[in-house]
Amino acid sequence: MSTVAPPRPAAAPPPSSPARPSAVRRLGGFLLRQWRRLTAMRTAIVLLFLLALAAIPGSLLPQRSLSQANVQQYFADHPTLAPVLDDLFLFDVFSSPWFAAVYLLLFVSLIGCVLPRALEHARALRTPPPPAPRRLTRLPDSARLDTTLPAGAALDAVEEELRVRRYRVVRRERGGVAELSAEKGLLKETGNLVFHLALVALLLGLAGGKLWGYEGSILVTEGDRFCNSFQQYDTYSAGALVDSGDLSPVCVGLEDFRAEYEENLTAASFTADITYGAPGEEGSPEVIGVNDPLRVDGDRVYVTGHGFSPRFTVTLPDGRTFADVSAPFLPVEQSTMSSEGALKLPDLGAGSDDQLALQGFFAPTGLVQDDILTSIDPRPLAPQVAVVAFQGYLGLDSGLPQSVYSLDQSQIERGRLTEVARGNLSVGESLDLPDGTTVTFDGYSEFAALQFSHDPGQVWVLGAAIAVLAGLLGMLLLRRERVFARADTDPATGGTVLDVGALTRGSGDGAPRFAALTDDLRAVLASRDPARADRAPSGSASSTGGTSA
Amino acid sequence: MTPDQLSGLSDTLFSTSVGLYSLATVAFCAQLAFGRRPARERALVTAGGGAAELPPESPADPGALPEDAPSVRRWGRVAMLLATVGALTHAGVLVTRGMATDRLPWGNMYEFATAVVLVAVVAFLVLALRSPGLRHLGLFVLAPVVVSMVAIGLFLYVEGGPLVAALRSSWLAVHVSTAILGFGVFFVSGIASVLYLVRSRYEARGGDPSSSRLVARMPSAATLDRVAHRTAVFGFPIWTFAVIAGAIWAESAWGRFWGWDPKETWAFIAWVVYAAYLHARTTAGWRGRPAAWVNVVGLAVMVFNLLYVNMVSTGLHSYGGVN
Ligand code: HEM
Repeated sequence: MSTVAPPRPAAAPPPSSPARPSAVRRLGGFLLRQWRRLTAMRTAIVLLFLLALAAIPGSLLPQRSLSQANVQQYFADHPTLAPVLDDLFLFDVFSSPWFAAVYLLLFVSLIGCVLPRALEHARALRTPPPPAPRRLTRLPDSARLDTTLPAGAALDAVEEELRVRRYRVVRRERGGVAELSAEKGLLKETGNLVFHLALVALLLGLAGGKLWGYEGSILVTEGDRFCNSFQQYDTYSAGALVDSGDLSPVCVGLEDFRAEYEENLTAASFTADITYGAPGEEGSPEVIGVNDPLRVDGDRVYVTGHGFSPRFTVTLPDGRTFADVSAPFLPVEQSTMSSEGALKLPDLGAGSDDQLALQGFFAPTGLVQDDILTSIDPRPLAPQVAVVAFQGYLGLDSGLPQSVYSLDQSQIERGRLTEVARGNLSVGESLDLPDGTTVTFDGYSEFAALQFSHDPGQVWVLGAAIAVLAGLLGMLLLRRERVFARADTDPATGGTVLDVGALTRGSGDGAPRFAALTDDLRAVLASRDPARADRAPSGSASSTGGTSA
Repeated sequence: MTPDQLSGLSDTLFSTSVGLYSLATVAFCAQLAFGRRPARERALVTAGGGAAELPPESPADPGALPEDAPSVRRWGRVAMLLATVGALTHAGVLVTRGMATDRLPWGNMYEFATAVVLVAVVAFLVLALRSPGLRHLGLFVLAPVVVSMVAIGLFLYVEGGPLVAALRSSWLAVHVSTAILGFGVFFVSGIASVLYLVRSRYEARGGDPSSSRLVARMPSAATLDRVAHRTAVFGFPIWTFAVIAGAIWAESAWGRFWGWDPKETWAFIAWVVYAAYLHARTTAGWRGRPAAWVNVVGLAVMVFNLLYVNMVSTGLHSYGGVN
């Protein structure tokens, strides 16, 4: 109910006297002022805002950490703007120096703010509640009760009421006037400290995971296996402190992959039967799927996607055959699993100009209309491919990296690689090339996109997140309440004037609880009133006395 | 009933609840229009002391606000009743959807947004039942609710269907339910802050209480500020939990617990903005109007996250089902 926050001691001690400022002193003073400024709540709010603002470009511009391809596309679409943005780290916002600057400042501010509070809180836990303020009527909630009880007995009654409500109570005497201070809800402050310090722990966990973690992705065809080393992965990323020699020595094999679909062709589940074990071992059988990775000793294996690798047999004019050549085709549309890819055969003939490549489109359930193949079902019910055969020089050994999933377009433009035939093939059908080579579509294998991850910070982050939540609940739901009372003799009536005041910090409205407290007090005081003692003798005058905390 | 009939019923209930909310809005409007003055918020302007002399505002107090004429009270009761029945039909929309599709009814944006609005209405009803003085907020909560519902029905509607594999996890229940709860509560909080901004300017200009303008009939700025803060305090741990649950789910579904996917980024931004609001509320120089602005920004971020990130940007979260 207090719209005005309770008075709080200033975060910093009063400024020191600037008697004869030497240069060192002045510098010290300057640093101290900056430090205080940094650790002020006001700064925290501004830094929180900056953090929110800084994150925005990371969601509006393509990020390398999410998709290299989107960033390249952006460069292609905005050739002048993109390099400028790139210089400002706008494609790597979350690992940019300025983003780091904001959150590091915020966390320095947080530590500078919270550590002193933690020390103060540790002290407060051991010290009794502070003396009552001079004017109790100034407190957000206050009341004055009159009683004929003597001052000490009146305060006894207050103390009993407060102890029942689980306050820590101290009795003092100042200037001959008896007073009482009571307090409860110190856990609220504990919650606040746990919350803020857990944020720091969370950040450290994240940082640790970034530095010592790695992940690699690979497409594995049914029946194949891979081992955990950076050379094997199609793509990988690793923290700065990862030594490639330290990777867990394990290999993963894909035995079988299954995709299941609902009637309306929504993907219902993906399941992969894998083997997992040290190199050279059989490996133990495991089943993983979407939402259900394999977690072993801090390593995890995920299925992140799947697709088809069409298989071909190539028969050269001289009769040599290459059976079961295949390459993974990447799905371009999840709902129908229509996929695109390229099969490169550089080592068929004698010379480097006799290379063969098939660029193609794979439809698990194909439908040909006007010679155009489309896929109408993600399940491989009637697989077909549309292939374009090229012959010539693939440019694989040119030193420039090229995608395994598509042909190097520049080789085609330069005329080094020329289209020689195209056609739509069902399983068993062949395409005849002008030079007498035949390409037969044999069927398909299924592949799974697997991801191997290692993040040593993950458990820390989870623990810190739970602590964040626990601290938050304590901080927001608990209340810290202080109640003060002073009992003075009323010279006019000879009775006692009992002033009671309360201060609440935290959620909710203190007034109803304070009203309940004063109501109870009135009742107790009345029941102990000596004037009515003959009518309703009160049991014990005072059972709990003394000053204890 | 067959799934098709259930889906049809769900759609009918949707229109019905929009109708009921509209009627409730009209009734709340009547309550304000016919009221002479809003009940003076007792026990609120007492920061300086003397609160104990005033009777505390308590749930037992049946809303018999002294300055409300009986006809006004009647309108208020009719409005509350309509809104409550509206909320029940609204809940029916989701229940029948869930039965028709045999899953939790928050698998796409239509269902998610519908549930968020339901939470906002329920949050308001709970507040208004506990402190009858807040019924005067009804118009300002229900009017945006009607607008949101109409927009949801027009732009976000999709047929119910099964979930894609990645959404088939018990974390859907945990993560999305808490996200809906948090969002709905923030919705009410944001509205309270908007009203606070309007009302506090009116009060700062010396607010003529006999004015017939709507602001004169709103609860006092202090009440609005308190409602905004209390709801935000309630929503913040829920939102925190929703984000953590999302991270846990992402770890098993996508192979990393946090990847700055656009949805994650905006959830983070919203969280930071609400943390800033809670700080601002207790920091000298930020209390009052600046803090309220921060809360309004928080709500804007939440809405942006729902609409822009689902419909415009592409990310792992694009299950929205709106194309
Ligand atoms: C990562 C950044 C931070 C977050 C997310 C955060 C979040 C929060 C939250 C949610 C509260 C609860 C407010 C309430 O009780 O209503 C709070 C309280 C508080 N925070 Fe922070 N905080 C952060 C950084 C800081 C910093 C840098 C400081 C110091 C300069 C600070 C000082 C405080 C203090 C003193 C309180 C208690 C306010 C009170 O009880 O009146 N926080 N914080």
